[in-house]
This record gives sequence, structure tokens and C-alpha cells, in this order.
Amino acid sequence: MSEHIVEKKIYYSVFGSLMALLGATIAIAYIHLGKLNVMAALTIAFIKAVLIILYFMHVRYSSRLLWIFVCAGFFWLGIMFALSFSDFLTRGWLPLPAGWE
Amino acid sequence: MPEHSTALAHQFDDIDQQHESASLGMWIFLATEIMFFGGMFLGYSLYRSVYHPAWAEASRHLDVVLGGINTGVLLCSSLTMALAVHAAQLGGRRTVVALLIATILLGSVFLGIKSVEYYQKYEEHFIPGPHFHFEGPNGTHAQIFFSFYFVMTGMHALHMIIGIGIMLVMIALTLKRRFSPEYYFPVEMTGLYWHFVDIVWVFLFPLLYLVDRS
Repeated sequence: MSEHIVEKKIYYSVFGSLMALLGATIAIAYIHLGKLNVMAALTIAFIKAVLIILYFMHVRYSSRLLWIFVCAGFFWLGIMFALSFSDFLTRGWLPLPAGWE
Repeated sequence: MPEHSTALAHQFDDIDQQHESASLGMWIFLATEIMFFGGMFLGYSLYRSVYHPAWAEASRHLDVVLGGINTGVLLCSSLTMALAVHAAQLGGRRTVVALLIATILLGSVFLGIKSVEYYQKYEEHFIPGPHFHFEGPNGTHAQIFFSFYFVMTGMHALHMIIGIGIMLVMIALTLKRRFSPEYYFPVEMTGLYWHFVDIVWVFLFPLLYLVDRS
């Protein structure tokens, strides 16, 4: 059996970190930071997702091939967001010439 | 290897290769799920950038306390799921069944709280459609917010119901002694699915409930 068995205490500490991050994200949501509120919420959600993927989903202990499969899923998600936002968020940058309204 | 004969499918060289194939296949499926939910997250984000005042106002009508408790419940269920896979790796059948039942119960608590929230939204006339009612000038755009809210949380809840169904099958298979420390992959793949559903909620909760609170 080459399959890695994760120690239970690692699961408990990951769970503790997830609950602490949940508390943090709720607390930060009530502090007025302007646009940074979204950044903070998404950063914390991203950290939580990475913790779940690496430890609960065992990716940290998996083969390089599996890493490629995992990253590919999120890479394609990144393409979808990057191309869509590069369109929508830049539409107001250039004035439309007359007759194109 | 006679003791492998029940677990090892004949097309694989050894049990490790079989395990790797199961994980890769599950992650390909999860990649399609990432894109499925990703499309809804993209739509939500684009509309939020266009109709931000309405989005912020409508989002404040959601119940942070219930949403926060639900996030905690779901994280607990991910822990019991991870421990169930751990027990399956060690071959503790009774522990696996107990932890899967705990995961199902926690998942049911989540769905119960979610239905309480849905009922509150129903009473407040926030269900999109002819009876939708939202005070102020942002009503039309708030209806789009609630459409996203119900579709995204509804698809998430549907995934949880399917996950509970899969766990019931895993309990039955465990009781039939189908799994061993050599072959527990279906329990582990069920875990991957459940953790994925948890990750979706980890992003849904702040985006729907939190980002426009302050």
C-alpha cells in the first residue's frame, strides 16, 4: 500500500483553521474597507478552498499527474473569468465614435 | 495475489494504478463541475459589477446568522467526511458507517436551515416572478440578484441531496463488507465530491451574504 494515510490531527488542525477563517471573514465583512471588502472575502475563501483541496481532498499527497488534472480545472475557470472580465470591464474605456451608439 | 482478487479490476496492473485512475476520473468530473458552477459565479460577478447598488441592497436582506451557522455546519460535515475516509483507509467499518451517518445528519441540518431561509424569502416576497416585491427604485435589478441567489443556492442544495444519496449507497456497501483497507476508493471519491460541494459554499457564502455588509 503506497497510499498515504493522513494523520487525524492534521484533519483537526485544518478544520480549526477553516473555522477560524470563517470567523475572520464574517468579522472583516462588517469593517468598512470599500473595495477591499471583496478582496478580503475572496482571499479568505481562496485560502479555505486551498486548505480543503490540499488536505481533505488529499491532493497534497497525490501524484504530479493528479496535480495537473486539478490545476487544469481551475486554469480553465481562470480563462473564462479573465476573458469575460477583460471584455466587460473595459467597455467604457474608449469613447464610441458617432453613429456607433 | 489471492487477497487482491476481489478488489483489483482486471484491466489494471495493480491496486495503486486502479486508485490513481479513480482519482483522475473523479477530478475530470470535478473539472466539469468547476465550470458548471463557474459559469454561474461569472454571471453573478458580471451583474454585480453592472448593478452594484441593487446588488448591495438586496444582499443585505439575506440572514448572515443563518448563513454563517450553515457554513460552520458544512465545514463540520467536511471534517466528518474526511474522518470517514480515514477510517475506511484503516478498515474500521463501524466507524465509517457512524461518520457517514454524522455527515448525512450535518448535511440535513444545512438543508433544513436553508429551507427556513427560503421560507423567509418567500414570506418577504423575494421569490422572482409575478409576486416579487422589493421596496425602492432598485426592485427590477434586485429581482436579478434573487434569481442568482435561488439558482446558485438551489443547485448547491441539489448537489448536497445527491451527495447524501451517494453516502447512503456507501453505507450499504460498507455494511455488505465491499470495502477493505486495500479497496476503499468509492468512499474516498464520495469524499472528493462532498468536499467540492463544500468549496462551492465557501465561495457562495461571502459573495452572497458578506461582501456588501459594511
